[in-house]
Amino acid sequence: MKKLRKVLAILFAAVLCLPILSGCHGRQEQAAFTVPEEFDTSRDYEITFWAKNDTNKIQTEIYRQAIEGFQELYPNITVNLRLYTDYGDIYNDVITNISTNTTPNVCITYPDHIATYLTGDNVVVPLDELMENDRYGLSGSDLLFDGPKESEIVPQFLEECMIGNHYYALPYMRSTEACYINKTYVEELGYTLPDTLTWDFIWEVSEAATQKNADGTYMLNGQEVMIPFIYKSTDNMMIQMLRQLDAGYSTNSGEVQIFNDTTENILYTIADHAATGAFSTFKISGYPANFLNAGQCVFAIDSTAGATWMGCDAPLVDISQDAITQFETEVMPIPQYDPENPKMISQGPSLCIFNKEDPQEVLASWLFTQYLLTNQVQIAYSETEGYVPVTLAAQESDEYQDYLSRAGEDNNTYYDVKIKAAEILLEHADDTFVTPVFNGSASLRNAAGELIEDVTKSVRRNETVDQAYMENLYSNVTSLYHLDENSALSGQPADLGPLPVTAKILLGALVGVWILILLYLAVSKLRK
Amino acid sequence: MKRKVLSMMLAVSMVAALSGCAGGSGSTSGSNTSDASSVSASSASDTTADSASASVSAESEAADSADVMTYDEYMTADLDTEVTIQAYVQAKQSWWEDEGQGKATVYAQDKNGAYFLYDMACAEEDYDLLTQGTKIQVTGYKSEWSGEVEIIDGSFEIIEGDEYIAPPLDVTNMLGTDDLINYQNQFVEFKGLTVEPANPDSGDTTTAFLYNYDGSGSEGDDLYFNASYNGQTYTFVIESYLCDSSTEVYSAVKNLQVGQTIDMEGFLYWYEGVNPHITSVTVVE
Repeated sequence: MKKLRKVLAILFAAVLCLPILSGCHGRQEQAAFTVPEEFDTSRDYEITFWAKNDTNKIQTEIYRQAIEGFQELYPNITVNLRLYTDYGDIYNDVITNISTNTTPNVCITYPDHIATYLTGDNVVVPLDELMENDRYGLSGSDLLFDGPKESEIVPQFLEECMIGNHYYALPYMRSTEACYINKTYVEELGYTLPDTLTWDFIWEVSEAATQKNADGTYMLNGQEVMIPFIYKSTDNMMIQMLRQLDAGYSTNSGEVQIFNDTTENILYTIADHAATGAFSTFKISGYPANFLNAGQCVFAIDSTAGATWMGCDAPLVDISQDAITQFETEVMPIPQYDPENPKMISQGPSLCIFNKEDPQEVLASWLFTQYLLTNQVQIAYSETEGYVPVTLAAQESDEYQDYLSRAGEDNNTYYDVKIKAAEILLEHADDTFVTPVFNGSASLRNAAGELIEDVTKSVRRNETVDQAYMENLYSNVTSLYHLDENSALSGQPADLGPLPVTAKILLGALVGVWILILLYLAVSKLRK
Repeated sequence: MKRKVLSMMLAVSMVAALSGCAGGSGSTSGSNTSDASSVSASSASDTTADSASASVSAESEAADSADVMTYDEYMTADLDTEVTIQAYVQAKQSWWEDEGQGKATVYAQDKNGAYFLYDMACAEEDYDLLTQGTKIQVTGYKSEWSGEVEIIDGSFEIIEGDEYIAPPLDVTNMLGTDDLINYQNQFVEFKGLTVEPANPDSGDTTTAFLYNYDGSGSEGDDLYFNASYNGQTYTFVIESYLCDSSTEVYSAVKNLQVGQTIDMEGFLYWYEGVNPHITSVTVVE
């Protein structure tokens, strides 16, 4: 589990290597993909699918079953599965393989990552024409399975896969973040959970939970450890706080806006609560689920796709059984600044297709990609975690509705915390948002999290967090993530300022030389 | 004559242009966008590399430069405080470049105790110098992550002089006791354990290892296996960054059979309880 910390670091590093990779000198340019008239079934195809699971063997089994089912329909297509447990590893391996033209055919990914892949020409296949193709497109006449129509894919999820003016991915699963709450502790502290969580409520209760006994143990749990509020993904934390406050993060074209007064105020608030021990992060302390389940946490914010780890009856646990405490678990949307106008992030894996020399191979990849959006795959995979199917066809199916209605029947398939987490996204789909995708957006996301991590670490180390600290922090994070290289992020031409003197002299000399050449030619002609 | 003069003038023109190119690197504001980026990136990289490079000091010089803690002082220091220790490299777990800065994760030990040095600033060329037994002085922050006490955000210098390779400490009889945590991160050995099914809850009584803790992984991922002693079963890990799929121990674990008796060596890592990172397995029966 600790490996995730390293994987995250590697991901950051890969993002920062972007300007170097974009050159891709060793890579042979590929022709743009054109949709073949007909899928040639007389040939055999072997495609690779790089898939991500949440260290969950049920998910890996569903991938295998999906491949088996697809190959029964298309026996001439062999799908080779390569499993990953982290998006960062996939991203790094794709970057490495772009330069050698050894990318997978189909790949689980994030739109932020695709924006990086697109720095190479014709690396990722735009899906617009494939989607619209009468025979092999979405719900096409020649498909051997019942795939979704375009109108049956949840519109905002599909929209998230558009980069520029083209679709470069199809959504595969969607999740958001949820606040997993030890309701027992909240009530023991004399509070009642509101209909909508607010940041003020969370901070107030968290501070109340820091009270200690004379012997140094915490009053609330009698233990030596208590982190009342712990956040898994601090980049999401900052991004959502800024969005809820309508503060700047970035423009669609990649102009960085995160270093503003609202960000600073957020960081001061976080610093205050980190200083009292009311708040910490995954990177600093550990997995929120472990603290929650051990009775060492009141509010744990993590992905809905991590719901099977949350709560004392969770089907997946990472701590010893004797460390688990009994409490009532509540699942709620993340805290809001404006309860009347909730906003939360939309996240989750998408599927992209890499271009190959053989258009038929790409078409085979496209067929498999669509198969992953059939009801049977969508429903089965979504039930493994607090995911939501990305098609309305799956969401509205009797099978899925039956699944939702059986929340709490057991602590496995029908684990209530998991189903409640999924329902948060189903009920708040219109309240979700994504951040702009551009070349460098992954860097900016990492920088957003770094601000919170740094401030939290600093106050724990008794450093002073003041105006000077903030200025230094902004400067360091800007430099670390290359956020001042706007042109590299946005693709927009930068204002490089006036020409230096040496350049002016050079240009003047060139003009002079050419004038002399022309004069010489003119004089020679006149003499003739 | 005319062609000769014309050629000469063209040559002058080209030389002027080429000299302009050569001189261009000194100017950032006048360069095109990509030039500006590359200058900035290399500058940042150079700065980082300098700061991450380890120095080599004589023992007395290093000791003078900071208040070096004994192992006991380190263990009694509060979390999140700055610490400086001296110890000997026992094993290197990983190196990678993070945000342009090399970072190394290392097991280090002296005769009194052991340290886990997580993500220590380390240039790639310095990582090669961290051979087993090398003495280093590390300054960083004492931290705890899921039960593992470690030094994070650290930097180090190599100290010339003596070397030390810790012999494995036999902790077999401490398995399951509260005393075991006192040897956290040390190089240890377990003797005479019996290989148990890796996934007993599934009813599978023959599989001796899993890729990842639940079998969701594949070749190259961590290996998890169970072994018992005095009737109690414990879980052991081949951490793939420390011992990847090309190592002997990785192959040895893949060849284990339930019921075999084994001896093991490794480092006493902690993750929500003891989580030994095994580096060698020997089948004795």
